Amino acid sequence: MLFTSYEFLGFVAVVILAYYLIPKKCQWPLLLAASYLFYLIAGVDCLVYILATTVTVYFVALRIERNTLRQTAYLKEHKGELSKDEKKAYKEGQKKIRLRWFVCCVLLNIGILAAVKYTNFFLSNVNGILTAFGQTKQLSFFSLALPMGISFYTFQALGYLIDVYRGTVPAEKNPFRFALFVSFFPQLVQGPISRFGDLGRTLYGEHAFDARTVSYGLQRVLWGYFKKMVVADRILAAVTAIIGDTNTYGGAYVFVGMLFYTLQLYADFTGGIDITIGIAETMGITVQENFNRPYFSKSLKEYWRRWHISMCSWFRDYVFYPVSVSGFMQKFSKFARGHFGQKVGKRLPVYISSFAVWFATGIWHGASWNFIVWGLGNWAVLMLSEELEPLYERFHGRFRFGEGLPYRVFQMGRTFLLVCCLNIFDCYHSLGETFRAFASMFTAGNWKVLWDGSLMELGLTGLDYGILGAGVALMLSVSLLGRSGSVRDKIAARPYPLRFAIWYGLFLAVLLMGAYGIGYDASQFIYNQF
Amino acid sequence: MKREHKHRPVLKFILSAIVALGGLFLLQRLLVPKYVDGIVEGAFVAEYYKEEKDFDVIFIGDCEVYENFSPIVLWEQYGINSYIRGSAEQYIWQSYYLLEDTLRYETPEVVIFNIQSLQFDVSQNEAYNRMTLEGMEWSPAKVKAILASMKPGEKFLDYVFPILRYHSRWSELESTDLRYLFDTKKVSHNGYYMRVDVRPAENVPEGRILADYSFGENAWKYLDMMTELCEEKGIELILIKAPSLYPYWYEEWEVQVEDYAAEHNLKYINFLELTEEVGIDYSLDTYDAGLHMNLSGAEKLASWLGNFLKEEIGLLDRRGEEALAASWKEKIADYEAEKQAQYEKYGMTGEK
Repeated sequence: MLFTSYEFLGFVAVVILAYYLIPKKCQWPLLLAASYLFYLIAGVDCLVYILATTVTVYFVALRIERNTLRQTAYLKEHKGELSKDEKKAYKEGQKKIRLRWFVCCVLLNIGILAAVKYTNFFLSNVNGILTAFGQTKQLSFFSLALPMGISFYTFQALGYLIDVYRGTVPAEKNPFRFALFVSFFPQLVQGPISRFGDLGRTLYGEHAFDARTVSYGLQRVLWGYFKKMVVADRILAAVTAIIGDTNTYGGAYVFVGMLFYTLQLYADFTGGIDITIGIAETMGITVQENFNRPYFSKSLKEYWRRWHISMCSWFRDYVFYPVSVSGFMQKFSKFARGHFGQKVGKRLPVYISSFAVWFATGIWHGASWNFIVWGLGNWAVLMLSEELEPLYERFHGRFRFGEGLPYRVFQMGRTFLLVCCLNIFDCYHSLGETFRAFASMFTAGNWKVLWDGSLMELGLTGLDYGILGAGVALMLSVSLLGRSGSVRDKIAARPYPLRFAIWYGLFLAVLLMGAYGIGYDASQFIYNQF
Repeated sequence: MKREHKHRPVLKFILSAIVALGGLFLLQRLLVPKYVDGIVEGAFVAEYYKEEKDFDVIFIGDCEVYENFSPIVLWEQYGINSYIRGSAEQYIWQSYYLLEDTLRYETPEVVIFNIQSLQFDVSQNEAYNRMTLEGMEWSPAKVKAILASMKPGEKFLDYVFPILRYHSRWSELESTDLRYLFDTKKVSHNGYYMRVDVRPAENVPEGRILADYSFGENAWKYLDMMTELCEEKGIELILIKAPSLYPYWYEEWEVQVEDYAAEHNLKYINFLELTEEVGIDYSLDTYDAGLHMNLSGAEKLASWLGNFLKEEIGLLDRRGEEALAASWKEKIADYEAEKQAQYEKYGMTGEK
């Protein structure tokens, strides 16, 4: 069920209506039923996977917590009887038991994710190696359906497990409540990857109907549909044309495709998240924000603090930090300091941990070398920036550009262009094709296509470009306006006729200018595949 | 004062809803195609509802009925009150549901169905679906017709709210979209689409060889349903094949229809075999090289058919009915006026 389908809109309308009509204590069970129905519609096979994750994580989290509680109780009970060493040995023993459970559960769930998502990628690489060694025999691929949102719910469930293991959140006792946390339907398709401590605060609460909450939620949903249907799905035709035919569309076209894809990705992904957050908001549920005006970032580092925030913070908290402080890394750090000096020795472990994070981020986005290189490309730029930081400082010390608007705009433009260049790995099917396309920008010399009318042959008319321009201008204005507080609050403070005109106008814009229906091949949300 | 304040949000809501829904209604009216010029075929189905429904003969089928028979001639020569419920590439399931729809208002003595559409077992084209289905008034028959016609990718909701289908038409609106916002002009003559120009039939291509000449199960199912419905209502169902030279009518198809008609005791007229008797001259009586008849051909066919209906079916001459005759007088005037207008348009001013 696509977010842009009538079926989804009807489904959401029925769920929201029922949510406020039934007794409040039945609200979260209704959401659980709706979420499983939503998932069931995607396919019965997919249900097995999400059930497996839910059941294993639920029981292991409980087990870990019980073990911790038992340990505390035992130590309390035998407070005066055990020596310090005996206590330590007991604690170590219990920790090992918890770790065993934890590792098994993580491996099982990552294993499921890897099996359905990466088996064929692995096999294609093995086949490549076999061919390189002159072997004609090739391994056959598996036909495995990728369950909807598996990367999102697996990470969400594992995040919870890690939190319980660390003792930062208590284990959820009610299996159905936990099942809802894993399967909450608005965020099942493309995230965000919520934390149990955040989402759980409002997910299970009893919510009375509040016109303001519902209308704010619907406004957010509408804005999401505007971004998705008016901008992202409209520009899709040009993006598909450019990346679908590298022989025809090289050079300046690649540059245009890169810009268009980055724009499409932004409108598509942030639009989808707006819809997710908005739907949850109509029911009084708070889903964490996933973006914070990412294209206003002045550096790539800042961009990754503002883009796909839930994923980045997940990798930071659950991969980067644990790897950085792991025993192995401590030993390595000591070794590096001894061999390469204090400065380098201190940085090397950070770079290696970052490498692991960006490799994982890349492969999380998709089973292809393009995504891995995209991830490592980000890592390389970030590390290089880090290394060149003293140089920048010296440069800025000598040539004072100040912190004026023009320079900030330059920094934002530079970051945007850098993100566009990295996103090119998202677009093409293979690394060879990607590098060829990228190189063609510097060799083709066909920049005149930017103004000689050739762009009108990419499946977009002048009117389409006009609508896109207006859509981008509106998104930019809303982003600028949003810097000083909620745009919806600002609109709500206006006189009623103006408010009505704004929201009705936005609705009509989606209705009349949205790329949907016969004649449009409305794409799935890009982040569905992850 | 306090009382007024209490009701203000409700009033505000009601007013907003009226403005919002009213705006959507107006937009929908503006955006749906009006079919008043150019492709007028989309307007035919809806025109029926404006008629006094007391017809002796109802034609159902595709362009081979609405371009090939003149109801005016049937009236003028035989006093037969007829209407053509035809539409472009009308599929047999649509013909069946249009018949069901017609029977909500009246029970004609004769239903004439052109069997060319038996060749299709599923809908071929969304635009043709639209041109037939959108004109139907809402009824169970329309719902069933939509469900039977939708191609993959089509949505029922798009038929309920056509603005969802035509949402992007705002970029191609014409003055006629405003002029005919609420009402439309009549474009047919009791469902007949008039063309007076001539384009002789030359070099008509042979039909290409088909892998299978059998009509599909779905097509047969609806023909069976049509036969049963007519039998149940006491209506004489007549199957016809209009004398269109193209699309090609295969001998294998002819045999299947003949067998069916014989088996169900139905009358079947293949006008392709009666061209001499009817007097069809393909160098004069077609406006598109043999695909459809022009006015001359349609009048000849109606003349022959009227005689058949009178002699074989025993339809009575109703020209003596005052009210009916008065209504036909107006229709004939419109018919003659358009005839003259078209003669002028096509530079045929010497014609009668």
